[in-house]
Amino acid sequence: MSSIAEGRAREVRLLQGNEAIARGALEAGVNVVTAYPGTPSSEIPESLAKVAAERELYVEWSVNEKVALEVAAAASYSGLRSLCAMKQVGVDVASDFLLHLAQYGTRGAMILVSCEDPGALSSTNEGDSRHYARMMELPMVEPGDIEEARTITKWAFELSEELKTVVMVRSVTRLSHASGNVELGELPPPSSSKAAFRFRGPLLGQMEGPVVNEPPTASALRRRNQGKLKKAEELFETSPFNTYSGPPQPELLVITSSACNFYCREAIHLLGLTGRVGLLKLGTTWPLPAGLLKKHLRSCQRVLVVEDLHPFLEENIKVLAAEFAHEIGAREFHGKRDGSLSPVGEINADLVMEALARLLGTEATLPFKDYSEEVGRVVIDHIPPRMMTFCPGCPHRASYWSMHTVLALDDREAFVCGDIGCYALGTMQAGLNVVKTIHAMGSGSGLASGFGQLGAFGLEQPVLTVCGDSTFFHSALPALINAVHTRSNAIFMVMDNSGTAMTGFQPHPGSPSDAAGQVARAVDIEALCRAMGAPVQICDPFDLQDTQGKLLAMLEAQPGVKVLLLRQSCALSPEKKGKKSFDVEVDPQLCSGDSCGCNRLCTRAFRCPALVWDKEARKTRVDNVLCAGCGVCASVCPRGAIQKREAAQNAKG
Amino acid sequence: MQKDRLTHDPYNLVITGVGGQGNVLASKVVAHMLVKRGFNVTIGETFGATQRGGSVMSHLRISRGGAWSPLIPRGRADAVIALEPIEAIRVLAQYGNPGVQVIANTRPVHPIGVICGDQEYPSLDQIEVWLTKFSRRHWLLPATDEAAKLGSAILANIMLIGALACTGVLPLGREEFSEVIASTMQADKVDINLQAFDLGWHMVN
Repeated sequence: MSSIAEGRAREVRLLQGNEAIARGALEAGVNVVTAYPGTPSSEIPESLAKVAAERELYVEWSVNEKVALEVAAAASYSGLRSLCAMKQVGVDVASDFLLHLAQYGTRGAMILVSCEDPGALSSTNEGDSRHYARMMELPMVEPGDIEEARTITKWAFELSEELKTVVMVRSVTRLSHASGNVELGELPPPSSSKAAFRFRGPLLGQMEGPVVNEPPTASALRRRNQGKLKKAEELFETSPFNTYSGPPQPELLVITSSACNFYCREAIHLLGLTGRVGLLKLGTTWPLPAGLLKKHLRSCQRVLVVEDLHPFLEENIKVLAAEFAHEIGAREFHGKRDGSLSPVGEINADLVMEALARLLGTEATLPFKDYSEEVGRVVIDHIPPRMMTFCPGCPHRASYWSMHTVLALDDREAFVCGDIGCYALGTMQAGLNVVKTIHAMGSGSGLASGFGQLGAFGLEQPVLTVCGDSTFFHSALPALINAVHTRSNAIFMVMDNSGTAMTGFQPHPGSPSDAAGQVARAVDIEALCRAMGAPVQICDPFDLQDTQGKLLAMLEAQPGVKVLLLRQSCALSPEKKGKKSFDVEVDPQLCSGDSCGCNRLCTRAFRCPALVWDKEARKTRVDNVLCAGCGVCASVCPRGAIQKREAAQNAKG
Repeated sequence: MQKDRLTHDPYNLVITGVGGQGNVLASKVVAHMLVKRGFNVTIGETFGATQRGGSVMSHLRISRGGAWSPLIPRGRADAVIALEPIEAIRVLAQYGNPGVQVIANTRPVHPIGVICGDQEYPSLDQIEVWLTKFSRRHWLLPATDEAAKLGSAILANIMLIGALACTGVLPLGREEFSEVIASTMQADKVDINLQAFDLGWHMVN
């Protein structure tokens, strides 16, 4: 599709929310963009990387979110404009630096974009990073539709420039991964900014002097930041991103922000309540515009706060309402605390309709309830679910097959600590359930380091852990160093599939090219591990015998930390996609199907989507359209019925 | 401009299928075509973890007025395009109603549970019985088979856009299609996409 740098001012284009954020940053004259990939945020740096050359930007996929924020801050301290993007958990990773960044403030404009995932559609959690805005004392703005994703991002740069603090732009999946009409603004000419870090100047100098957070100055810095927050609140009182629609004195005041703005508008419309219910949409959600809220709370006795996840707006508005009570009287609040809406999962228009109907005593019955129930029964009884599984030709399926085989042979209740990536499916049937823990990025390695110390307390189970190549650099590395240094006992398996596969093949420090496709220096995982003093073995997971032999030897060896590097590219990687190493077929003479005694090892246990159990023939066959030609299943069949030979198409490359 | 009227505003279209069938591309092409006609379109997409063998769904909200939510409220789809036949039934349970119109591809993509023999996939006849019962009008079209004859099974998505255009449920013209394809695809792909669009059109006509 077309680039975000195309299009004249006032032209209407269909943009994805993340593209609209990126376009807003371009219109604001961003110079430096940093990020670590994570759904639903990855398209922001991706679309900016595509125009990096023509717009003279520096775009970087950083090793992790904390470093991404530091790299972006260096640009700000040098007078440039920077944007740092991440998913909600990234803000947790970056939070230590964020606290200090917020405390000292910025020089060039700097924004932090946090894209969150209510409902955990592509996440391991429902983190709500809005609390950071309050905790770290920095201003936060939230677009209420796709068009605002562009305009509010652009405005956030202006705010940051004016207030000299980092401004957080918060989005959610339903904005970042939705698309809509966007009226484009003007793009400035490519920047002529010359970077300079002006460290000569007074301590505590906002625009000149060293940028230092130290014990004697910390309180002074916080004091200065209080002034910035006060100023932000004043600006927010009249912000056009805070809008009200509805009667002057509504029966019920709905206060919302972000994607919930859509759901509220739709629910009020569908229930025909536009004359009775007022909708206050907040685009500036920290600090809250107290004067504006007082004006609207004065107009209405009953309030419903609609937001995804935690009652962040609800609780903070209640604090203000308590302050106003002596002037305007007490107000009746509804939201998460009284159960009108759930603090868990995504909000949608149906849930808002139910809440409104309950509060106003109107009907909100589902249209065609009988119809939905009838089709719902058909789905439950007859429509097979689509369970998540590894792709045909995925190296992880082969890796987990080997782990499962070796752990069963070892028979000491060994277990694998898991991590974040496609290989998290190791907790499920797809990965033969060998993975027993999943937490944050790199946590499998930290847990393994810990479990590996518990021998003295009687833990006799062998400890293993897996992480991907991108996760290795992101945060498994310090945990591995910890394990080596403390002489822990664990096997660290790095499933190196040559890219950040799950989020769309972004490069990482082990890759030979960078975000903009330029040559980068690839950091060697093997050399790093050896330099730490860990013994390293390397295998190709498609070679089951070699992999299993090495893993078994590691399990049987003396205690200590060992590293097994499982190297094989992802089946969807750009260099591999559509290319087969082997043509695979089942010899029907050799496959004895039901009567084999293997109990359908290939289709039932190995379970590659390209291996089909033919119900009529009672045998297995290969679906050649789906088969990626990795040839691993040939090693799985105990009778040698699955046969592989060098692929014919290999000649073509 | 008469034909640019919507039967409902917002008009709610679901495009569904399985990861890898070109679902997201189809929703973008349809949306771009409608934006060219001056409509306000919002697309809500489910992707991410769903790429790995899961169901994929795009919601299109098409309006003469403002921007609507990227999620269609339950029971309020006006039309469903299914690149995979059982996905049509799955979508109807959540978003269907007796007035909905459905265009579905006949080619199944078996879930892993069916492939490995643990679960049953319903017959096409049975799927057609359900579609007849649960929609006002439906078209069950061999889009993948016809696309394969054109040289690429992936063109089934474009074929179903041609079919949707022919049904007239939305103001979609060949002219905007060709403009959108010309501006979003490599020059050597334009012709085959136009052929797929026309074939889809004729399957309904």
